[in-house]
Amino acid sequence: MLKDEDRIFKNLYNDLGWEIDSAIKRGDWFQTKDIISKGKDFIIKEIKNSELRGRGGAGFPTGLKLSFAPKEVGSRPHYLVINADESEPGTCKDRDILRFEPQKLIEGCLITSYAISAHTCYIYIRGEYFREGQRLQKAIDEAYEKNFLGKNACGSGWDLDIYLHYGAGAYICGEETALLESLEGNKGLPRLKPPFPALVGLYGCPTIVNNVETVAVIPTILKKGAKWFSSLGKPKNTGTKIFCISGNVNNPCNVEEEMGIPLKDLIEKHAGGVVGGWNNLQAVIPGGSSMPLLPKKLCDTITMDFDSLVKAKSGLGTAGVIVINKDQDIIKCMARIARFYKHESCGQCTPCREGCGWMWRILERMANGDATYKEIDLLQDVTKQIEGHTICAFGEGSAWPVQGLIRHFRKEIEKRCHEEPLVKKKANIPYLIDQHLLEKDSA
Amino acid sequence: MPKITVNNKEVEFEEGMTVLQACELAGAEIPRFCYHERLSIAGNCRMCLVEMEKSAKPIASCAMPAADGMKIKTNTPFVDKARKGVMEFLLANHPLDCPVCDQGGECDLQDQSLFYGFDNSRYKENKRQVKEKYMGPLIKTQMTRCIHCTRCIRFATEVAGIPELGAIGRGEDTEITTYLEKSMESELSANVIDLCPVGALTSKPYAFEARPWDLKKTETIDVMDAIGSNIRVDTYGWEVKRVLPRVNEDINEEWISDKTRYACDGLLKQRIDSPYIREQGRLQKASWDEALKLLISKLKIYKPEEIAGIVGDLADLEMIYSFKSFFNKSLGSTNLECREDKIYINPKERMNYIFNSSIKGIEESDFILLVGTNPRLEATILNARIRKAYLKNKTKIYSICNPGDLTYPYESLGSSTHVIKEIESGQHEIFKKIKKSKKPIVIIGESALQGNSGAYVFETLKSFLLNNNFIRKDWKALNILSQNASKVGAIDLGFYSISNKNNFIFFDKLANDDFKFIYLLGADNINFEKKDKFIVYQGSHGDKGAEIADIILPGAAYTEKNGLFINLEGKLQNAYKASYPPGDAREDWIILKDIANMIKKPLGYNNVNKLRELIKKEIELEKNVDFDHTSQMNFVEKNISINPVDYYYTNVIARSSKVMNECKQLSKKLLFTGIEKAV
Repeated sequence: MLKDEDRIFKNLYNDLGWEIDSAIKRGDWFQTKDIISKGKDFIIKEIKNSELRGRGGAGFPTGLKLSFAPKEVGSRPHYLVINADESEPGTCKDRDILRFEPQKLIEGCLITSYAISAHTCYIYIRGEYFREGQRLQKAIDEAYEKNFLGKNACGSGWDLDIYLHYGAGAYICGEETALLESLEGNKGLPRLKPPFPALVGLYGCPTIVNNVETVAVIPTILKKGAKWFSSLGKPKNTGTKIFCISGNVNNPCNVEEEMGIPLKDLIEKHAGGVVGGWNNLQAVIPGGSSMPLLPKKLCDTITMDFDSLVKAKSGLGTAGVIVINKDQDIIKCMARIARFYKHESCGQCTPCREGCGWMWRILERMANGDATYKEIDLLQDVTKQIEGHTICAFGEGSAWPVQGLIRHFRKEIEKRCHEEPLVKKKANIPYLIDQHLLEKDSA
Repeated sequence: MPKITVNNKEVEFEEGMTVLQACELAGAEIPRFCYHERLSIAGNCRMCLVEMEKSAKPIASCAMPAADGMKIKTNTPFVDKARKGVMEFLLANHPLDCPVCDQGGECDLQDQSLFYGFDNSRYKENKRQVKEKYMGPLIKTQMTRCIHCTRCIRFATEVAGIPELGAIGRGEDTEITTYLEKSMESELSANVIDLCPVGALTSKPYAFEARPWDLKKTETIDVMDAIGSNIRVDTYGWEVKRVLPRVNEDINEEWISDKTRYACDGLLKQRIDSPYIREQGRLQKASWDEALKLLISKLKIYKPEEIAGIVGDLADLEMIYSFKSFFNKSLGSTNLECREDKIYINPKERMNYIFNSSIKGIEESDFILLVGTNPRLEATILNARIRKAYLKNKTKIYSICNPGDLTYPYESLGSSTHVIKEIESGQHEIFKKIKKSKKPIVIIGESALQGNSGAYVFETLKSFLLNNNFIRKDWKALNILSQNASKVGAIDLGFYSISNKNNFIFFDKLANDDFKFIYLLGADNINFEKKDKFIVYQGSHGDKGAEIADIILPGAAYTEKNGLFINLEGKLQNAYKASYPPGDAREDWIILKDIANMIKKPLGYNNVNKLRELIKKEIELEKNVDFDHTSQMNFVEKNISINPVDYYYTNVIARSSKVMNECKQLSKKLLFTGIEKAV
């Protein structure tokens, strides 16, 4: 269990008040000027030492990402873009940060902007977070009033302006390049990489895109030191993380915990246990809907960090833990997720556009018992044909849950599938024979 | 040079190439749908996936910049599996209605499914249906077939400069549309048909007309404007079924205008297929003998000074040359004119009437000044080049006169000749900008050369450019934008009547009724009163010229004869015979030769080779240019106005074409709705 003094987000449940004064009391904006005065290299080095990994899903080392921004500002300005387009089903961690800990995010924006030499920071917030956006805007206004933002922000000598931009509610706009397109006013279609946004990003300028949680923890890391942060969790999977536990648990919640906490602890201690007891657990999706699920057998022992989940052929993703107990129809659950991905595919590149709908339709038939044995392998093949062939990671995100289902619940599917209809079993139908006659024969 | 290894074969490549291009250098062919050399990279079809060393995923070769030391494999099972997967996805929702699809036989999807397709379909769900979209009279849509490569969208926004095409919806429900389902307002719109790799966008006039393997293909050139676009004419028997572009980097790249492409159905309509004679006010069918006898008897009546010849806008060099020698040698007349539109010309040097900086040269230019021209309608392909230059180099473009929407931004300087005076004397703000530029281009349109100010405009601008050293060996900024395919050739062959003082001597005589006998060689666009003049019209289509004629002689259209044409840059090009003239019609120079023989004053050549030899001697393509020649002109105050171009109706073929007529009616309708095209 994480000790209370190691908690970064002390106001995750809004017990202490979100306003700037209470935030300052909790230690926000404390010594920010001093941190900045230590220089860019110090900040980036410290973040590197802390081994902080991006909290948006991919787990890319944040320090490394910041160091990709060009050292000197050339003819084009640098931008920091905060990805607050939290649309992953089962994930709601950024929402609570935006609502209850906005000053942490804003302080993080200032420090990160300084580290990558950006004078402008955009926060791209999903359109559905309208209230949260209003709250954040109020928080930004408060920070401006206190001169923590604007010219000579926080007395650091660095100018920074933060702009809030509402998305229109597309899941794909959470992908960083699609987010930039959307921010520029275009249709949110992911860009081709390379070039990466760190060199050619927003309006063609060097841009660093980071998740809300990643940026929000940076001030605390710098204040308490990289050593403190890396002492938490496991090697290479350091620090704390907000887990969002939802689904068939008695007490769905957001909770900040150490990385590497056993999944069972997380569910039993924080979420009040699975509905119907631990033995009633069927599967857990550990990292938001795009990660493959884990069956109960694995859930007993798995620890929640990037590397051990990858080893179990899943992923930590956004740490949106979705608990599915035995009362649920697991195939139907996956069909629903596939439908979500079919609906949210941007339609730019072929495999994802055509494949997501195909997967959904097969799964839907499987759930209804209208599929054949052969189609299980076909479905597996379709996911393999999508995965890795697309422009952005959406292809993986849509294919992995289905792969997870087939990997762990193949027997379940087979129970519902049936044999091929008789006529199709005759493998060598000569092409010239009237197919209708054949059907009559076999009827 | 950096090196890349493709399938264990090392090749050198140029900096800035993509992996796909480098693979092609190495001889490894990569399938593709969305990639096109002349459009921006979309990378969305995922057909061009290749294996790159140290990459777990296959990469899209069209979008990946090639780097030194890359190791690429294109023929591994891994790549094959990836491409087969993509192909299966593309075919999943494709209707597979090839037997009724016009693209059949020249379909990229069909061709590539031969290599990467499965023999049966695993997709058992219902296929997607997409409602077809209206895109105007030229483009037939069958959007169920669309594979969303977005080539058409990129073409419309980048090359044509009209952001009217786009994709709406997302995921499976993405649809390509013109949003409001109106016709595409571009003169280049039909190129999307060639770009479409499947049968989603096909040609409406050509729908269900023929199969590509049944057509005879003839590579020739186009005469609808002075560009001389390289085209391929596909014929089925006598009928010209369609016209397609051919790649020529110097001229049309691989685009052609809608008029070039679709005026071809005019070749089948309104044709003159036998000689006609006017008897008691009515045209009567006649035999060649009767018609020529009458013609010769009439020729004997008139004095040489009373005989005049006008050559039309679609004439090839053979026609012009034999017409000229027929007049000079056989009839002893020198009353010849090719300028139906009465523009000022100064034929003393070749550079005075051609487009000197060349179409390709536009891309190098850093300053463009349009003088009284609307290149969008007068030379569509050239306009696309200017747009390309604007996109590539952000070339500054100015215009004297306001031609309306040209698909790129330009600054209008007003239309008075005062502007030219100010530029010449250095008072105008443009003066400094043009001085600073390295390779400026001044494009003078025919509208600016008309009337009494034409001479001033031309000579002043020329001397201005000469004095500022913008007309030199390596760069000539002076450009005349001719509108007719025959004009530069006719001037080259001396087919004009100019005296030292009077540029328009022919027109003055015409107005004074000095001519009693006028021989129109395919000339339909000239305006004069008939009165008691005897008029012979020789040409291919029954149009304005034939209407007033007393004798009509049937000639051949441009697809029905071998001919030489000189385009506006002064480039000599060969047009080839794709079809044959209808009925009794004959090639024009042969008719002239026969008449000359009948009146016992032969032209001196009996075969086309001899004729071409003489033509080539006459035009001396490498004329020496004497740069110092300038003449001071008196200032003429006038507002230059751009003559309205009836784009779809500029010549007899287009006027006879049903498709062009439809386009014209449609653009008229748009005028009424307020979405106006600047005419």
